Amino acid sequence: MRRIVTATVYNRSGVLHRLTGLLTKRNFNIESISVGPTDEPNISKITLIVHVSDDTKVEQLVKQMHKQIDILKVSDITNFSVVARELALIKVMSTPETRSEITVLIEPFRASIIDVSLDSITIEVTGDGDKIEALIELLRPYGIKDLSRTGVTAFTRGIQKPVSDIKQYSFV
Amino acid sequence: MNTEMVVEEEKQTVKMMNGAEMVLQALEEEKVEVLFGYPGGAVLPIYDALYKKNLRHILTRHEQGAIHAAQGYARVTGKVGVVLATSGPGATNLITGIADAMIDSLPLVILTGQVATTVIGTDAFQEADVLGITMPITKHNYQVRSVEELPGIIKEAFHIARSGRPGPVLIDIPKDVSNAIGTFSYDKEVHLPGYQPKMTPNILQVRRLNEAIANAKKPVILAGAGVLFAKGHNELLQMAETLNIPVTNTLLGLGSFPADHPLFLGMAGMHGTYAANMALYECDLLINIGARFDDRLTGNLNHFAKNAVVSHIDIDPAEIGKNVKTHIPIVADAKKALEAILEECQTPAKCEGWIEELGAKKESYPLWYEKDGETLKPQRLLEIIHEVTKGEAIVTTDVGQHQMWAAQYYKFKNPHRWVTSGGLGTMGFGLPSAIGAQIAEPDSTVVAVVGDAGFQMTLQELSMIQELSLPLIVVIVNNLALGMVRQWQEEFYEKRYSESLLPVQPDFVKLAEAYGIKGAVAVSEEEVETHLRTALETKTALLLDVRVTPDEKVYPMIAPGKGLHEMIGVKP
Repeated sequence: MRRIVTATVYNRSGVLHRLTGLLTKRNFNIESISVGPTDEPNISKITLIVHVSDDTKVEQLVKQMHKQIDILKVSDITNFSVVARELALIKVMSTPETRSEITVLIEPFRASIIDVSLDSITIEVTGDGDKIEALIELLRPYGIKDLSRTGVTAFTRGIQKPVSDIKQYSFV
Repeated sequence: MNTEMVVEEEKQTVKMMNGAEMVLQALEEEKVEVLFGYPGGAVLPIYDALYKKNLRHILTRHEQGAIHAAQGYARVTGKVGVVLATSGPGATNLITGIADAMIDSLPLVILTGQVATTVIGTDAFQEADVLGITMPITKHNYQVRSVEELPGIIKEAFHIARSGRPGPVLIDIPKDVSNAIGTFSYDKEVHLPGYQPKMTPNILQVRRLNEAIANAKKPVILAGAGVLFAKGHNELLQMAETLNIPVTNTLLGLGSFPADHPLFLGMAGMHGTYAANMALYECDLLINIGARFDDRLTGNLNHFAKNAVVSHIDIDPAEIGKNVKTHIPIVADAKKALEAILEECQTPAKCEGWIEELGAKKESYPLWYEKDGETLKPQRLLEIIHEVTKGEAIVTTDVGQHQMWAAQYYKFKNPHRWVTSGGLGTMGFGLPSAIGAQIAEPDSTVVAVVGDAGFQMTLQELSMIQELSLPLIVVIVNNLALGMVRQWQEEFYEKRYSESLLPVQPDFVKLAEAYGIKGAVAVSEEEVETHLRTALETKTALLLDVRVTPDEKVYPMIAPGKGLHEMIGVKP
């Protein structure tokens, strides 16, 4: 099962190493990890996508992360209403003939062209993973020269629908 | 002089000193009695500051010896053991001890030197990424970047090492930080929002446990080292007696409950007693207090306490539900949890039949061995050590057969007397940890029970016995082999003794003499007893090379992959 785990951490040197080291030590597989500062200068936010076999494993992950002294807060937000976004930059082969075709193609994805050269264009797209995958598949026949994805960043929505299957872990 | 300036100066509690002096000043503030270490280039400033300071330093002959000694010290005193080593090889020689302390939750503060900040990352002489290397095997670690942050980091390190679930904390100190001058203040409170160990139990969970006790017909308590770290052995005894519940121990929990108590079932696990393992297998309520359900305890998890309501008391929430599904989780300090349980409930469990049943198992299937009339049985050797020391000695071991025999046959009456490498299973742990324990308690009897192979991994520390005139007794359980490896090869690899036999050995008596210690060989019960009694009476060190039955095996046993009920080698 795919889980979205967020962590609030001290922005100290080595904190990302601590987290990824912990995941290696405890045999967890990271799909993506994204890190960035928050509005407080010494605090960063990490969003982690992991694949685990069952609930016990994700409970272990959250608890082990929580034990790290530089990690202030850990949440498994998979079962909440969340906003999750990822950004991708896609450099596609394009001739003057195909350029307008691609422009039309990407429009429903609300993607934009941010760089153009004689033989390629670079497209920026934001959204959830499915949307980005769909666009990549659509562009593949033209020839993808380069592709870079940020990984997911996410947090919970301001308003939550009532959910019943949120597991409480025994921190107390 | 302007009077206002005088007032200003008096207000200052800060002092100017260099980083090295700060380290020692901080150790003084932490009331550190002894430092185990080994000098080298990157810690020269700290050793120079030590030269001018009245702090006891034990110079072991290898850094691994220093950290195992600190572990022995920490295990018997419950205080933080402090280790000092240089950068590069000095630090990497500590790795085994750090990993050992991590898995067995021993409080250590480890200070390592580092090359100067200006050359970190350039592959400088004796540089190693000690922060990176030790990250997964420390509770927390630091590299000090400026002298200003040094006192605060040391204070945090001691706090983290000794609180919550204890563990090793490493501080990597670059040489230029040790040399830099700064202001020392130790008054600032430790502030760690990301680290708030929960000490007191949730009373609702305690009530659920007490309800479960009232409903249980086959309850059992599994007590681990968490009880010892919390100094909750008296409360454990009180709980077991008041509620009338039998008790078993993990390997590291030995001593938390008196071995001669009628409610005691013996140690559980791979080489535990039949009564203890069957109690865990058949129970309907399992109360785990401060144990981590290690695989050597549980055997195959599919057969472990499968009909039981499981309650787990642990100060580390990550241990709860890690290996065994837990119905009543209690995150708390073991002593505080036990106090809360006793406060809420005084009614004994209704389990007389169960206690009788387990009593019968204890009686019919005790630990056993058969004398052969020729050789000295290692089990008998441990019984003699127990008799001669009246069961009151501090016993340290390496890992392997002798460790299991010590756990089985040295019946601990008292807490904090058992010093062994449980989780990591480190050969060579016995001798240096015994030195640390003897330094902690100079007047107590300390016996290092070691294997002939493990002893040879750290034997250079015999120098400590000589130099410090320690009355330490080292008993080599000599079977001319890596006994446990050989036992597994015999049972699971059709007697292919691949590289596990050690027919060629040094003359251990001459070795002892080379270090100025009395050495002796013993082949019979009488010889063992005579040598031990003499050593104890004269309070002198002894290295006793005891030749035991060469092919004796540790029984009973749960083979790997098997369940608790599938013991082999139980008394017929």
